[in-house]
Amino acid sequence: MLDQSRNRWHPIAASHDLAYRHVFHGQLLGREFAVWRADDEYVNIWENRCLHRGVRLSIGINDGRELKCQYHGWRYSNRTAGCTYIPAHPADAPARTITNRTFPAVERYGFIWTAEEPSGEVPEIAALPEGDLLVLRGIPVNAAADRVVEHLKTYRFQPVGALDADGAEVSVEAIGDFSLTLAAREGASATRCVLFVQPVDAARSVIRGVLDKQPEADERIAVLRHHNQRLSALRETIEDAVRGEPAPAPIEPVFERVSAELAEMPQPTPHGRKATLRVEVARKWTAADGIAGFELAPLGGGLPTFQPGAHIDVHMPNGEIRQYSVINGPGESDRFSIGVKREPVSKGGSSCMHETVREGDVLAISEPRNNFPLRRDATKTLLVAGGIGITPLLAMAQALHNQQLAFELHYFARDEAQMAFRDRLDTLGEALRPHLGLDPQATGDTLSALFSDYQDGMHLYLCGPGPMLEAARRVAADRGWPESAVHFEYFKNTNEIDDSSTFEVALARSCLTFQVPAGRTILDMIRENGVDMPSSCEQGACGTCLATVIEGEPDHQDVYLNDTEKRSGTKIMTCVSRARSARLVLDL
Amino acid sequence: MTMDRTCGDPVLVNDWHIIADLTALPHGRIRMARLLGVDLTAKKSETGYTVKRLDTNEPVAATERYGFLWACLGTPERDIVTIPEAAETDRHIISGGSIGVRVSGLRAVENFLDMGHFPFVHTGSLGEEPHTEVQPYKVHLTEGDEVLATECRFFQPAASPTASGGMMVDYVYKVVRPYTVALYKSNPVQPDRLDVIFLFVQPVDEESCIAHPLLCYLKDGIDAAGVRAFMQFIFGQDKPILENQLPKRLPLDARAETPIRADAVSVYYRRWLRDHGVTYGAIPARH
Repeated sequence: MLDQSRNRWHPIAASHDLAYRHVFHGQLLGREFAVWRADDEYVNIWENRCLHRGVRLSIGINDGRELKCQYHGWRYSNRTAGCTYIPAHPADAPARTITNRTFPAVERYGFIWTAEEPSGEVPEIAALPEGDLLVLRGIPVNAAADRVVEHLKTYRFQPVGALDADGAEVSVEAIGDFSLTLAAREGASATRCVLFVQPVDAARSVIRGVLDKQPEADERIAVLRHHNQRLSALRETIEDAVRGEPAPAPIEPVFERVSAELAEMPQPTPHGRKATLRVEVARKWTAADGIAGFELAPLGGGLPTFQPGAHIDVHMPNGEIRQYSVINGPGESDRFSIGVKREPVSKGGSSCMHETVREGDVLAISEPRNNFPLRRDATKTLLVAGGIGITPLLAMAQALHNQQLAFELHYFARDEAQMAFRDRLDTLGEALRPHLGLDPQATGDTLSALFSDYQDGMHLYLCGPGPMLEAARRVAADRGWPESAVHFEYFKNTNEIDDSSTFEVALARSCLTFQVPAGRTILDMIRENGVDMPSSCEQGACGTCLATVIEGEPDHQDVYLNDTEKRSGTKIMTCVSRARSARLVLDL
Repeated sequence: MTMDRTCGDPVLVNDWHIIADLTALPHGRIRMARLLGVDLTAKKSETGYTVKRLDTNEPVAATERYGFLWACLGTPERDIVTIPEAAETDRHIISGGSIGVRVSGLRAVENFLDMGHFPFVHTGSLGEEPHTEVQPYKVHLTEGDEVLATECRFFQPAASPTASGGMMVDYVYKVVRPYTVALYKSNPVQPDRLDVIFLFVQPVDEESCIAHPLLCYLKDGIDAAGVRAFMQFIFGQDKPILENQLPKRLPLDARAETPIRADAVSVYYRRWLRDHGVTYGAIPARH
């Protein structure tokens, strides 16, 4: 009877099966895997079906950073297997929780090992030194693994160095449920061969062999051929032996259900300003004059999936909380990189990051949130960054570059030394267009020229200091860009917040009504009344605490909504905006 | 094994299904067919068509319509779908060529209802990156108990054999029976009229089907061979994708797969199948 233990490690591929940008179709105990190596060498083993419509991901495209499904172009990130983009809804950031099932991957003895729910480590093979091994070609056999192991005891082969002779003495040195170690000796030559039997399904197996030494280059092919011929012959013997026996029923894999919230139309999960992740500052460096770069690595486990444009809240040792965009390119999912500019009049955020936080420090951060999603259905995308505004746009630029979509990154900075993350910028090639040392007048003229040929299908993304954004939005409007094609993110809200009004708020779905007194925000009062509400910057810039207005007239004081959205009166940023009417009804 | 399960769903057993294209049934020759897990023999003679079960040798109800041979394993409770456009003389009324697909026919129907895959599967004809957005559309149930999706719009670089250049194309989708679906799309030459495709899916067994497209295309500017070639070109692109869906049967559990707004019609279709007690070719919902 086949041991179907889900805790046991098995080899499911040879390391050399994971060729550059290839997706390998792996199988174990009736379950299929999409196995792929990203350009950063990380080996991904995923359930072989896209969560959307069940299409095999092994027919998908490995672009080195993400895996793209062939059916609807959904993109899944290296390492986390989280969905980063859904082309049918280009303006939306997919729910982070759309995450494919992953399985552990260990590369050892020239193989890729996995288990459904592993206990312990990949088995130590005493007979195999680490390093110079020769991995044989995998031989598929239509027989159950235990039958294959039984027959492999009779496997006869010649040791390396004595291939031409035919009298080697072969002994079984060790035997387990799914492996055996054989030693062949002839004269002075001796070779150990370890054979693993991968249980593909109830009645199908793959023999994966490895020799304890790498032969000389000129003998290598001959050794491989020797084993290939003999194992193939043994395969036929085994298949003949089991022919006529009743075949055991195939193992039916159980597919996990998606979460209940995803089964409905995706909605963001409500949560407050929480710092759920602990990260270590793995690296701190000078990314440009006055800009510090930080690499934040998770303490145990992995990081959640991010999308270009996303930001995280960083909770600092001094109690301050600040938002920083994740500058990573697609698929760089082992750590988050951020850039922090030292503000001349710091209120304690940037100075803390620059002066106090050091490599090795542990910080609390929020999950990444994306209120600045990147459409990828533009005929051409213009990214316009001012100063430290480069950070979200750099993540976008790398994503567009990776997908070979048409874009330009216009980077306005005082001088070359102020351009941050040069190494990443340099990968963008021609798409990078620096504009250095321009005064406001020259900046305006340059923007005016850049925005002069708007065509349907183009999109513009802006991030930079307030005055530059105001100017850029004005120029774009003058040049005929519709508001729906202009996307922007402010660092902060410099509007003077007037919180003197008093009004009533009703939460339609929660059946709650309360007063918002002067000096308090809608967000404060929502939480005080026990309703969970996500937030991040809490100054009307990031877009996290957005609510839908059902009735009443909002008094907008944020910089997140565009003018059309503000005029429509259907959305409100609950952290700073208030009501002009006596009462507001929100869809919460 | 699911492949051997015969069908117990009254809504399917007591309905008509295509079992052959008549052009593939020469006079006097016996042809094998399989419907809902039951092997059949079909024969054309002077007096008409005879279709028998291979297991019992009992005859089953058989008739001819739209150039196809139809059979019903039980007692027919309703007539074959009426297609008014098939009576219009300025249209080609032709088969697009029957194509076997090793997946549940319900998956094939759902694929037919889906616009989101156009840029990725039908690149350069029915869709093209970066035009990937599926705009909101409406879905409702008609008085005749059909699932109707209206106001569907999609950018297509070459929507049909007569299209010249990309355009936004209007679609209406209609699920008529569990294994029958239709689409109406704007004709590039006569923009006020619609080309019609009915897809009749023959459930061979739970995990394989034969799709029989009936094309009702305006003749203006196109010959029959061109229409058929286009359909085969398109369906040939869908086939390898469909055959790589896991599991092969369509899961009706709301939590088996992940719908997005663009899938509103699929969500509706799956719910409608549940309501009609369709289990053949499906994986029932968990409770």
